[in-house]
Amino acid sequence: MGMFISVETDDTVIRKGNGLAKRLIEVCPVNIFAAGTDANSVAVVEDNVDECTLCDLCTQASPDGVRVVKLYD
Amino acid sequence: MHFYEFEAKRILAKHGVAVPKGKLVGSAAEAASAAQELGGDVYVKAQVFGRNRGKAGGIKEASGAADAGKAAAAIIGTEICGAKVDRVLVEEKIAAETLFAINATYDAAAKRPVLVATDAGGKDLDDVNDETPERVKRRHLSLLGPVLPYRSKELAHDLGLSGSGLNRMTGVVTRLAEICRQYDLTHAEVNALALTSDGRLVALDAHMELEAEGRYRQKGIVEELGITDADTRGARAPTEWELEAIRIDEEDPRGLIGPAVDFDGDMGLVIGAGGGSITTFDAVKRLGGNPANYAALGGNPSVDKARRLTKLVLSKPKVNKICVISNVVSNTRADLVARGVIKGVLELGLDPAETITIFRVPGAWEADAAKILKKYNIDYCDRTVSISEAARRAVAKVYGE
Amino acid sequence: MAILLNEDFQFIVQGITGREAVNFTRECLEYGSKIVGGVTPGKGGRDVYGVPVFDTVREITESRRVDGSVITVPLAFAADAAIEAIDAGVKLIVIITEGITRLDAAMIVEYADYHGARVIGPNCLGVMVPNVCRFGSLGGPAVDVRKAFTPGNVGVMSRSGGMTTEICSTLTTNGLGQSTALSIGGDPVIGSTYADLMPLFEADPDTEAVVIYSEPGGSAEAELAKWVEDNNSRLPIIAFVSGRFMDDMPGMSFGHAGTVVNRKEDSPAEKIRRMGAAGIRVADQVGDIPDLVKEALKG
Ligand code: SF4
Repeated sequence: MGMFISVETDDTVIRKGNGLAKRLIEVCPVNIFAAGTDANSVAVVEDNVDECTLCDLCTQASPDGVRVVKLYD
Repeated sequence: MHFYEFEAKRILAKHGVAVPKGKLVGSAAEAASAAQELGGDVYVKAQVFGRNRGKAGGIKEASGAADAGKAAAAIIGTEICGAKVDRVLVEEKIAAETLFAINATYDAAAKRPVLVATDAGGKDLDDVNDETPERVKRRHLSLLGPVLPYRSKELAHDLGLSGSGLNRMTGVVTRLAEICRQYDLTHAEVNALALTSDGRLVALDAHMELEAEGRYRQKGIVEELGITDADTRGARAPTEWELEAIRIDEEDPRGLIGPAVDFDGDMGLVIGAGGGSITTFDAVKRLGGNPANYAALGGNPSVDKARRLTKLVLSKPKVNKICVISNVVSNTRADLVARGVIKGVLELGLDPAETITIFRVPGAWEADAAKILKKYNIDYCDRTVSISEAARRAVAKVYGE
Repeated sequence: MAILLNEDFQFIVQGITGREAVNFTRECLEYGSKIVGGVTPGKGGRDVYGVPVFDTVREITESRRVDGSVITVPLAFAADAAIEAIDAGVKLIVIITEGITRLDAAMIVEYADYHGARVIGPNCLGVMVPNVCRFGSLGGPAVDVRKAFTPGNVGVMSRSGGMTTEICSTLTTNGLGQSTALSIGGDPVIGSTYADLMPLFEADPDTEAVVIYSEPGGSAEAELAKWVEDNNSRLPIIAFVSGRFMDDMPGMSFGHAGTVVNRKEDSPAEKIRRMGAAGIRVADQVGDIPDLVKEALKG
């Protein structure tokens, strides 16, 4: 969890989506997603989470698998 | 990037403009032997930028080796025009019948290159223009083809030259125009061009400046002159603090820390972008604030860049409060700046509400910024509070009402 | 009306697939601007928010009317892109690209002059006629643009892009709308100076006053003062000059490439004196501008 933003992923949802892990890693402009334990999972790079631009590209790619929360709301 | 006189003269010589025989040396002993080699009377000239070198004692006439050594000893190691002298140019003395000054530069009003010339050389061309404007002649040049010598010829004619003098002057002026263009110079100026009794034209002094924007495509000449990348040639040498700002800027390409400039004051400034930062700095000073730094944060910086700049500003020994002020932002995001600044403050173990005197960054994503600032009890304001009013509040908090 | 732009104005974006260009293309479209094409060599056939991308400018001008082009290509290609647009017959060019040498800028402007084209910039954000057309990247997201810019009768010219928005926002907050706002660029050589643009404002029936933002460096303010004197202008001008602290810091540059005090006329103090002599009112602070405009409009 960052100081301002929290990005949570649902591993089971992401595993079900075909190539979803790879897509998440690609779409995020600030590298918040990295390869997980295997090719079908992602890890959240906590060091980058506060750089989140709230662009919604990840949640558009996986509405159920990713949650981006503003901790200041 | 200014060139030293000896560098400018190397460029002139390379392009066929005559310069006095001379040698660049770094000690009195070397100066003495250089004078010996040259024979006759010499000039010993401090290699510093600045146009008042002569008046500041940076140019001495000497006769013979011992005298030249003494002159060099009196110059080397002293401070002239704000810089410590470590090298002098020892040059043969050339007698001039007439001194001209020629400058190849740009006329921003006409948006064209311009040649400016006078037969009252040896002085600053601007001063000649103020005192005797009728003795200053001009010709604009086109950039849509090569430099056309006839423009130089017209100028030579205007300077009252004829015969072989006119033809020689045409050549020198044309070379100068070509040098200015070829090397991306803001100006190529021979401020003392001697016409000797035997009809030669010799460049006794020269000023040239490579435009910062052109440096990337002028690696050839920069290397040829042996100028290293670390040699930034600002108005003064960069401080450690300024170098750190440059490092932060280079390590993260997202956004831009404009020039970061070290000042002696106690009020830390994290201020936004070109015009807004200058306006804010002015306002702080006018209201009696004493800025510790100038630094323009813009171009949509990352949270991390804002964080590191904040920490850098707060690292200055006299600074314990900062103000964050910008003009209305378009591509820079107020929320990302807010996140970065707060993070930086917290990492130093400081209280954001105490440390950040005011946050005034209206524009893109201001609603999110407002929520963040509220959460940390930071005094923030929107666009209805002017830059100067925001600066007034900040100054009041730093120095007490 | 306004100067330079109108409701039918349609333009292209050269370098449309770049990071910032994608951004302002979307923002312009949201604001209602008509962008009829974009150019990025090698990316012809794609689209950016529905705007078709081409490899060359000529492909676009051959099939539709192009009134202007916004250039945001990387530095090394900027001069070439500007000439390409001029050769294809485009008459109004905004150059956003930063860091162009004065040699290239002067060459582009001279070429434009010969072809009857006008250049705004380089190192600028473009032109805005509130609620009519946004031509460039002034103002950011459309919601922010609407907060800062409103239609009215004040012309604005600024050497700083950010301060264009700041000043318009200050005017808007105080009930003063803008006829046309221009970010003219912060470089030493720019295509359209205050004095170049004044005749256009002078001829625009909807402009009743002009506000300028100026900085240290160059002689553009002195030329403006001279233009005002020579042409007996009907328009009151209110100027704000930043960088007064640079009066005692010769040779150093802050903010924009053009801001450096080398000579007397470069300094804010001298600019204020020269403009004052021509009857231009100089505001001490940005916040004072609206009152000075209101006072001037009363006559
Ligand atoms: S919202 Fe955008 S920046 Fe944030 S995590 Fe998702 S993709 Fe990355």
